[in-house]
Amino acid sequence: MSSSETLSVEEQLAAGQSDDGIVRAADGTPLKARLAKALRREKLRSFLMISPLLLFIVFSFLLPIGDMLFRSVENQIVQNTLPTVVEELERWDPASGELPDEETFAALAKDLKVAVEERIHTRLGSRLNYEESGFSGLFRTTGRAVKKMESGPYKAQFIEADKDWGELRTWVILDSFKAPYTSGYFLSAVDAENTAEGVQMKPENERIYLQLFMRTLWMSLAITFMCLLLGYPVAYLLAQLPARTSNLLMILVLLPFWTSLLVRTSAWKVLLQGQGVINDILVWIGIVDDASRLVLINNQLGTIIAMTHILLPFMILPLYSVMKTISPSYVRAAKSMGANDWTAFWKVYFPQSVPGIGAGAILVFILAIGYYITPALVGGTSGIFISNRIAFHISTSLNWGLAAALGAILLVLVLLLFYIYDKIVGIDNVKLG
Amino acid sequence: MAALPPYASNTQIAWHYGFRVLCAMIFFFLIFPILVIIPLSFNAQNFFTFTPEMLRLSPEGYSLKHYEDFFTSSSWQSAMWNSLTIAPLATLLATVLGTLAAIGLSQSHVPYKSAIMAILISPMIVPLIISATGMYFFYSRIGNFLVNDVGLPLDAVNFAKIVLAHAALGTPFVIITVTATMVGFDRSLTRAAASMGANPVTTFFQVQMPLILPGVISGALFAFITSFDEVVVVLFLGTASQKTLPWQMFIGLREQISPTILAVATIMVALSIMLLTTLELLRRRSERLRGLSPS
Repeated sequence: MSSSETLSVEEQLAAGQSDDGIVRAADGTPLKARLAKALRREKLRSFLMISPLLLFIVFSFLLPIGDMLFRSVENQIVQNTLPTVVEELERWDPASGELPDEETFAALAKDLKVAVEERIHTRLGSRLNYEESGFSGLFRTTGRAVKKMESGPYKAQFIEADKDWGELRTWVILDSFKAPYTSGYFLSAVDAENTAEGVQMKPENERIYLQLFMRTLWMSLAITFMCLLLGYPVAYLLAQLPARTSNLLMILVLLPFWTSLLVRTSAWKVLLQGQGVINDILVWIGIVDDASRLVLINNQLGTIIAMTHILLPFMILPLYSVMKTISPSYVRAAKSMGANDWTAFWKVYFPQSVPGIGAGAILVFILAIGYYITPALVGGTSGIFISNRIAFHISTSLNWGLAAALGAILLVLVLLLFYIYDKIVGIDNVKLG
Repeated sequence: MAALPPYASNTQIAWHYGFRVLCAMIFFFLIFPILVIIPLSFNAQNFFTFTPEMLRLSPEGYSLKHYEDFFTSSSWQSAMWNSLTIAPLATLLATVLGTLAAIGLSQSHVPYKSAIMAILISPMIVPLIISATGMYFFYSRIGNFLVNDVGLPLDAVNFAKIVLAHAALGTPFVIITVTATMVGFDRSLTRAAASMGANPVTTFFQVQMPLILPGVISGALFAFITSFDEVVVVLFLGTASQKTLPWQMFIGLREQISPTILAVATIMVALSIMLLTTLELLRRRSERLRGLSPS
């Protein structure tokens, strides 16, 4: 740099620095303020770039999920259909062991007449039917009978129309679902119910969801374990081989990764069937008798085999990327100091690959726990997951609140696991392909 | 491990080869199911297994009838066209929004960066069944409003629902791949362009875009395959006229499994090989651009 230029910089600085010691920009404003302004503008610009997607995700994804979570506690139908009855029931004590008084029955007649007019009484019937079967029929028969009820006393007329109105249990259920928000769906989702004596577990033979959650968990664990068992040797080999060979072999991992899920599921369906390729080969070799072909599909075994294959690349890729960073000199050093192959691997190499195991295992477990398509196609009835039950409640039984509650529990589980994943690996470190 | 030293003991040699045989078996497990459907799709019979004619390699054991079936059946064809219109639209939306957001996120001063990142990545984390459930309730309400009160055509609304849902599911992949390429991006290049008088838009398209293009394209491919392969959300949101290829396959597998599925599956394997090749070429290009030798 020439001396004249140095001087000119000093001159500029001298010009910018006024008597009060504040460094100023060329136009006389304090430099600090100018920098803050530039920073603000940059923040605004990056925010403007992010906001379209942020808004899009919030509206197309987060709000729908929030709406679903709300549905798992929302229960305004009783209050909307039978407003006067709900008011009257405030005075009634379910623990008294007596039926509600005549005024409540009169309110029921009044509300039901309106509901029948608007044709919404059957909807309430099917809603309450989720809690106790029989309500659907109760509301249908009473809906017909209530039109003929001219005047009181109503109590006897209702009991005559359907004797369930004389049962205490009917009123206890109506009473416990009169609030606009309910924990009922969540209780059902963990096989519990609200009774007159408080929250209790359902009878042994009616419990299905806890068992299904447990099955989903243990099958996901089994799949994760199988993936680890098969993925670790492959990742180890890929990390040890020279780049040219390992890139070629990597194709064998990446091709399944990129192949459509349905293609892979249909391949397994073809392979595992009773008359499928695997059974044919086994019969041909003579291991299995033609009459006693193995049942490999439509059970838990089918789900585990197919899902291990589908999720295996998700285990191999993170393991490989961690193993690639382990320097071979550690193992060499261990061996030079007298460790045999196994000790060198187990004491030196393996501990360094543990982060990869953690990342891969959590990733596979998170993916497995929410699977729907593969269990639905190869799982039969014993190999289905909680997701399949959610789908059943949405499209077949139409018990949307219960589906939402089951979904909310699954979501919390996955988010918790993901939080752990984020702590171990970090979302930013997610690598693709 | 890479090569056996000359002083290796017999156990070491046995272990060396035994380990390779084990790995070969695992590779076989990975690739066999995909390869086995290719010859089966040329089966002349409606069976899902190798017929004696096929094993003898005699020509009458093989035929293209399942492919013919696929290209002539109206339900398969409409499914293919639905897939081929929904996926590109969802990809376009996901790529444009995702790239913009990823560039914004990789600036140095972004407040609440990790919270925003978590929100933007969330569609990838939440199990599909939950996303599908939420969207089913929410979109049907908005859809009903648009059809009944605004008077939009029903099919267009249903189509838009699926495109939007798929775009939302695809954006995390675009964000991740573009953010990864932005790490290697030299910021002084945009400053240099700006100092020479280019406005921000010109700078973006002339300087930044060509350099981060590999990341954008691989993100777009991920978004495309996400939409093209997606079935859970379509099953919940779609009606019969939005039936996509995976949906048609799902029904085919669940109800009456017809061999046409194997022909479709083979075509889709060919598609994934093409995608894989494109991605590999992109990866090499991006490494060359960053001055790393392609490993």
